[in-house]
Amino acid sequence: MKDQSANRNKRIMIFGLMIVLIIMIGMATLYFMDQDSGPHVSDDDLPAIEAQTSPTDSDAKGREIDKTTGFIVDTGMSETIQNCTPCHSAKMVTQNRMTRDGWLASIRWMQETQNLWPLGDNEPIILDYLAKNYAPANKGRREPLTNIEWYKLK
Amino acid sequence: MERRNFVKKATLSSLAGVIGADIVFGANMPLGITPLALQDPDPFKLFDINKDMVVLNDKPWNIEARAYLLDDKVTPNSCMFIRNNGKMPVDIDVDAWTLTIDGESVKQEKTYSLAQLKSKFKHYTYQLTLECGGNGRSEFNPPAKGNQWTIGAVYCANWTGVRLRDVLEDAGIKDNAVYIGYHAADTHLSGDPTKEPISRGAPMSKALQDETLIAFQMNGEEIPLAHGYPLRLVAGGWPASVSGKWLKRISIRDKVHDGAKMTGTSYKVPCEPVAPGTEVDEKDMCIIESMPVKSLITYPKSGAVINTGKKMEIRGHAWAGDLEVANVHYSIDFGATWDSCHLERPVNKLAWQHFKAEVAFPKKGYYEVWAKATDSKGVSQPMVLPGWNPKGYLNNACHRIAVKVS
Repeated sequence: MKDQSANRNKRIMIFGLMIVLIIMIGMATLYFMDQDSGPHVSDDDLPAIEAQTSPTDSDAKGREIDKTTGFIVDTGMSETIQNCTPCHSAKMVTQNRMTRDGWLASIRWMQETQNLWPLGDNEPIILDYLAKNYAPANKGRREPLTNIEWYKLK
Repeated sequence: MERRNFVKKATLSSLAGVIGADIVFGANMPLGITPLALQDPDPFKLFDINKDMVVLNDKPWNIEARAYLLDDKVTPNSCMFIRNNGKMPVDIDVDAWTLTIDGESVKQEKTYSLAQLKSKFKHYTYQLTLECGGNGRSEFNPPAKGNQWTIGAVYCANWTGVRLRDVLEDAGIKDNAVYIGYHAADTHLSGDPTKEPISRGAPMSKALQDETLIAFQMNGEEIPLAHGYPLRLVAGGWPASVSGKWLKRISIRDKVHDGAKMTGTSYKVPCEPVAPGTEVDEKDMCIIESMPVKSLITYPKSGAVINTGKKMEIRGHAWAGDLEVANVHYSIDFGATWDSCHLERPVNKLAWQHFKAEVAFPKKGYYEVWAKATDSKGVSQPMVLPGWNPKGYLNNACHRIAVKVS
């Protein structure tokens, strides 16, 4: 009985590994196809690309967040990571809120003064992603105090 | 990215995942492995900072304090905000480090070693308030672009060094001098060696002020790397970006300095007030000089729950750019009534001042304690946001802490 069950476990494990391998190759292929329309920059210019899409988490609002970068998982996230994080942190993006025009103005400013390359076909993809996920909300003239951690003062 | 290159890497990483070895290219691989993150330095260890400091940005480093971390009269390194614009210099050789004074309006260009600076000029120590021009940016509406500082981009440390004036006068200042501009050893984020991350400055009047130092010590020790080791220009009361870190060169200019982040809209506000969200032409923007009056309640931490009938001590600091703080008041009824705090004089010009008060609450309930400082010209902090500006500078609205009496 024991031998049989061990054998079965072994078979399941091998089968599982094969599935993992197939999924990986599949995803890599998808990624590769995605890359074809990517930015025209050399491999060396993209150090942060390796940080892309690792495990995800959900934020306070229940949105799926890429654990490594902190970006909201949505269409256009890969393009945003590839083009926006080689020079600066993802945090530079995720802590800001702008309209589509505002994000475009930031991109133009970086292209004019900070050596950002032309984004080509990725530009509208990135702008759609940013304008949708990092849009400003009206905060009024002063927000109420939030996230108060109550504690007993001795 | 080239096809061949990618395929090679993808294959490697897939196999690596199965055999459990190092991931070379882990993109899109849901393996729970994040190679780059593992290589990231831990800023809390790297900078030896308090675990409650808040990292806003890690490339470049931008880290702020929380109000209750700033309770010390002299801020320790562990609780000082860090605002970098580029990459910090590496492999600093202090024996080879020099400071050059040049520019259109220098009589004779001069270069000093660190040892020469220390031996040739008299040393001074001042406690100087440094606040980021963008401190409080996170509150502006519509939001302003940049690091979203809340309240923690301010500190007041002791700086020891030589007077900038003594060094400038040693090189000689021509009559047509208008401004000084600094140049430093940090490098641009893009890696472009022809670009400076930041090169700001101040008019001659600020440069020649007694308290404006070329500092080589902070709180009695060598300046920590993140704060400008081995040499920093320190100009208290002005946006902290005037206090150039990793100082290599100071140019005496015959015009307003035009280095990186002096031009465009950086560290500038509309010369005339504008409605929130207005687009402002660059020519209508004016350079920020002295910072506005402001205060911070550093004790207790927001969220205190106390018993009915118990008095609560509050304390904190207030500062007013080039000016002195004349008085500080607190309110527990959302600004309807104000009581005065006890306020100390500054230990020297441009140092923050300490205030305290005993606060009594009339009955159970939710309260906010607000602090409001007034400068020596009678100008106070606003209770709501001050004038909106495109880059979100100079938010000196009253600090608020939440208190519950139960």
